[in-house]
Amino acid sequence: MASSLRLGNMPNLPGATEMGGRVRASKLKGKGDNKAASKRAELLLRLQLESNPEALCLVRATLQSASEVLHFPESDSRAIVRSVDEALANVVRHAYSGRAGLPIEITCRRLWGETPASEPRGLEIVLEDSGAAADPKKLRGRSLQEVRPGGLGLHFIKASMDVVEFSRKNGKNLLRMVKYLAPSKPEEKLGGE
Amino acid sequence: MLIASRQLQGCVILDISGDIDLAHSPEMRKVLLGEIKGKHTLKLFLNLKNVRYIDSSGIASLVEGLKASRDNGSRLILFGLSPSVREVMELSRLQKIFEIYDTEEQALSS
Repeated sequence: MASSLRLGNMPNLPGATEMGGRVRASKLKGKGDNKAASKRAELLLRLQLESNPEALCLVRATLQSASEVLHFPESDSRAIVRSVDEALANVVRHAYSGRAGLPIEITCRRLWGETPASEPRGLEIVLEDSGAAADPKKLRGRSLQEVRPGGLGLHFIKASMDVVEFSRKNGKNLLRMVKYLAPSKPEEKLGGE
Repeated sequence: MLIASRQLQGCVILDISGDIDLAHSPEMRKVLLGEIKGKHTLKLFLNLKNVRYIDSSGIASLVEGLKASRDNGSRLILFGLSPSVREVMELSRLQKIFEIYDTEEQALSS
């Protein structure tokens, strides 16, 4: 199982191998758009792995640490971990039809507010694979009224993240997900006094 | 993921620990269906106290187990769900479909 990990400036995570610079973020779209779009994004980490189900636990542990470093509340951290795990499982099972050893890339960026002094606003995660194009009908998810196995992964992702966007570019599937941080309260900024 | 089996008061309890994810849910499915369809266990308890994570494939295996137990006229009972597992149950809207108890004592006396 091949995998590599590139980390941006997250000193709390071990094994940092590459410092990430701030890059321009693409304009945000989706259900989180009622909040102002972030102008800036900062590379936190880039994971390259293969379509092996055994790799999922490593990705979950990494995303768990990343979300804790960004001070997401516990339930939001679980939501992030769950979404990335379900998205990866979909790539392995559907885009790559269960074949192991095929490439998947995960890029995580910290989103910032409008001004240099503003606080971090959230986490953007982009999954990229070279598998079969997703069927748009299957991207709608299924009704939960029916009690049957299967078809829940996409529902979990949509219910857990603020922005979920699928696209296909240069023969690759891209899934972009964003989770916003709740704005901190004034007393939290003052160290809880 | 680890699954240990014990018998108590004529029932079977499966103590499951670790993560039930894409890599491990097939194994849990096999054990569950083996108990329900193969051994015809009439009352099967799943102790999920030490399950840190369950994904949609794990939930699908539980649903399969539930359907098999209903077909068999037996019961599949869950207890000790962590916040993470409970959240996933609620997201799936399955918390009222399964028999779920907080503790082993409550589950055994059901």
